[in-house]
Amino acid sequence: MPYTAELKELIKKVEATRPARVEKKKRGEEFSVLSLKEREERLRKYHPDFVEGARREIRVGPNKGYAISPEIVALLEARSRVNPDSIDVNKIAYETDVLIIGGGGAGTAAALTAQEKGAKVLIATKLRHGDANTMMAEGGIQAASKGEKDSPYYHYLDVVGGGHFNNVPELVYTLVTEAPKVLAWLESLGCMFTKLPEGRLQTLHGGGTCRKRMHYAADITGAEIMRTLRDEARNRTDKIKVLEFSPAVELILNEHGHCAGAVLYNLETEEYFLVKAKAVIMATGGSGRLHIQGFMTTNHYGATGDGLVLGYRAGVKLCFLHTVQYHPTGAVFPEQAEGLLITEKVRGAGANVLNIDGEQFVNEREPRDVESASFIRECTEVGKGIPTPTGKVGIWLDSPMIDILMGEGAVRREFPGKHILFRRYGIDISKEPMLVYPTLHYQNGGLEYNSRCETSIPGFFAAGEVSGGVHGENRLMGNSLLDVCVFGRIAGGSAALYAKEKAKEGKLNLDHVRRYHKEMEEAGIITDRVAPMVLPDYSNPKVRERQLTARYLGTIR
Amino acid sequence: MPTEEIKKEELVPIFIMGKRYEVPPSLTIQKAMEYAGYQLIRGCGCRGGICGACGTVYRFPGSYKIEVGLACQTVVQPNMYLTQIPFFPATRSSYDMERIKPTVETLMKAYPELLRCLQCNTCTKSCPMEIEVMDYMAAAMRGDVARLAELSFDCVMCGLCTSRCPAEICQYNIAILGRRLYGKYVASKAEHLGSMVQAVEKGKYDQMLRKLTDTDEERLKDLYNKREIEPEQADEDWIPKEKTYL
Repeated sequence: MPYTAELKELIKKVEATRPARVEKKKRGEEFSVLSLKEREERLRKYHPDFVEGARREIRVGPNKGYAISPEIVALLEARSRVNPDSIDVNKIAYETDVLIIGGGGAGTAAALTAQEKGAKVLIATKLRHGDANTMMAEGGIQAASKGEKDSPYYHYLDVVGGGHFNNVPELVYTLVTEAPKVLAWLESLGCMFTKLPEGRLQTLHGGGTCRKRMHYAADITGAEIMRTLRDEARNRTDKIKVLEFSPAVELILNEHGHCAGAVLYNLETEEYFLVKAKAVIMATGGSGRLHIQGFMTTNHYGATGDGLVLGYRAGVKLCFLHTVQYHPTGAVFPEQAEGLLITEKVRGAGANVLNIDGEQFVNEREPRDVESASFIRECTEVGKGIPTPTGKVGIWLDSPMIDILMGEGAVRREFPGKHILFRRYGIDISKEPMLVYPTLHYQNGGLEYNSRCETSIPGFFAAGEVSGGVHGENRLMGNSLLDVCVFGRIAGGSAALYAKEKAKEGKLNLDHVRRYHKEMEEAGIITDRVAPMVLPDYSNPKVRERQLTARYLGTIR
Repeated sequence: MPTEEIKKEELVPIFIMGKRYEVPPSLTIQKAMEYAGYQLIRGCGCRGGICGACGTVYRFPGSYKIEVGLACQTVVQPNMYLTQIPFFPATRSSYDMERIKPTVETLMKAYPELLRCLQCNTCTKSCPMEIEVMDYMAAAMRGDVARLAELSFDCVMCGLCTSRCPAEICQYNIAILGRRLYGKYVASKAEHLGSMVQAVEKGKYDQMLRKLTDTDEERLKDLYNKREIEPEQADEDWIPKEKTYL
């Protein structure tokens, strides 16, 4: 639906201040950036991580006492979807060298590398191959690629500054030094990065970067990377097998305590079946679909944090989950587009963020957490948010500035995906600004691992959003596509090597699940809640009230 | 429109695989199916118009026209008869990217059915992304890899073109081969990236990075605060004053 008359009236205030703001931009005058101390204060006062009730202690498992989002705790304090006693660990449906759980960017990058190192690979994925947050990442991929002005040194400083200086140094070191290699790898696979005619990669700033090192493929960088990696995996179907609609619901260990496979679930026939593997890589991604604190999300339908649950039950520690990333610019209008990611690149290309009076109130390139906290402050305490027809509140993102700064047609050229999408709703984002508000975007933390992607369980590796440490307490734009490629490749290599040289044959078991259930009972957690969630349920609650069949009574459920 | 009015809005009839449901008119097809009571497994992915999981075809009573859309992006209309096409069998060739060339022969060898194209334009009319599919197919037949890549760039690989093609061609797989050929062989190589990779591999930055990994938080904060920021409006040839860590 196009903007209402009321909103169109408010847009006039944005248009009124625009010429002066464009001139300022051209002169290189920026809205002042907050100091580290001011950032800290803003986060403590306005970021959702710090509101009352934002964190609750986990009562069981290796991180007992660690306080994180209650929505994640609820999944950790839940029972297995399947009674371990009803599973016969001797009945193996598939055997492979490396089992990869998750078919997104990290999982697919891992598969390619593991296969190149000689391993037989099986990818088990909950939905289709490539259905993942990687596909939805828009803005770009960071790497220091221009030696005359940038280097991994500066990339490192940006990463740890964004992450509140708590990042795991070794992981950041790996991320920034592998970055140029990963970019070259993607180029060699045929990724269509946006380039100048002579081949020089185009780069932009992202929030919190000191050099323009955001490489991109128009505004669908993640989709371009994901579809290329997937296409390459499909060139190797004899060695990389993919099981779709088959989420993992439990890891399998062996008598030596090594990871040796997983229990998968066929979403369509509702069967559970076993995969035996010499090494397992967890690459299930994030958890936006848990709608932490009721926030809308930019995440994929399958982002339900399954890998956290499986790894934790098996004994792997969690880290950095006490912070959650809210992307400052999720669409709040029209309703059909709610929660949809509006890439940070829009701000990188010059668009200001504005309140109801068309005034700037924050620099548009603060790190994401600070930017989000500033939007929330403007909409709550300051009270200068823009009310939407559905009772929400938003901030203007002045995209038409980009056409003025970069020349007519720039919005359409640089943001073709969003341009088409909004045009369908009768909004031309090269002429009218967008209404945005922070939206649940990224799981900053996850399973603890090292720079070889090893976890505390031999034979069990992690990569991508399911893991934690590299981004500290807040990830910068363009570092997640980089993360999945860098650590996906490393995980693939490590797992293949482990499968070849270290894996030890042994009797399989699900004892860790029984132990976990027992520990829950001892902690007084009596519940019929099960995890992993696998998929959210958005079906109409009124319809659900009428779904009264007792399961499997009679001939049909 | 105040909230109460939205709540009171009248429901409209839609027909999901022929069965009538009443849904609020502001919903997308995807949300309308959920409103009707479906919990989606197939036919739902990113919910943001980029993954291609939710290709949908629909028709209105009395109209000959088959319409298409992504369920997560298309708002319902009264009396639409719809079905999702969450999967459609496709042809796909395997190729070794290191051994092929960006030529018409490569495309023809991988997908000989390319020549069966009748130029009927049904593919273009079936594309929810409004891509000129027939035009990129024509580019493929000419071996114009650059044009094929450019025209097909927004493809979400939903498969609706393939489901409707009378010549039984799988357009979107031809398109991705074209884009990969373009990205790898036609577009000029990023020379600066190659030099950076060499420098990294030679260990040029190891020592300076070790200074960062081994330093304390206060010193890190100091270095962070003193970073020289490349101006947003700077040209491509901007060079920093401090060059010690380049």
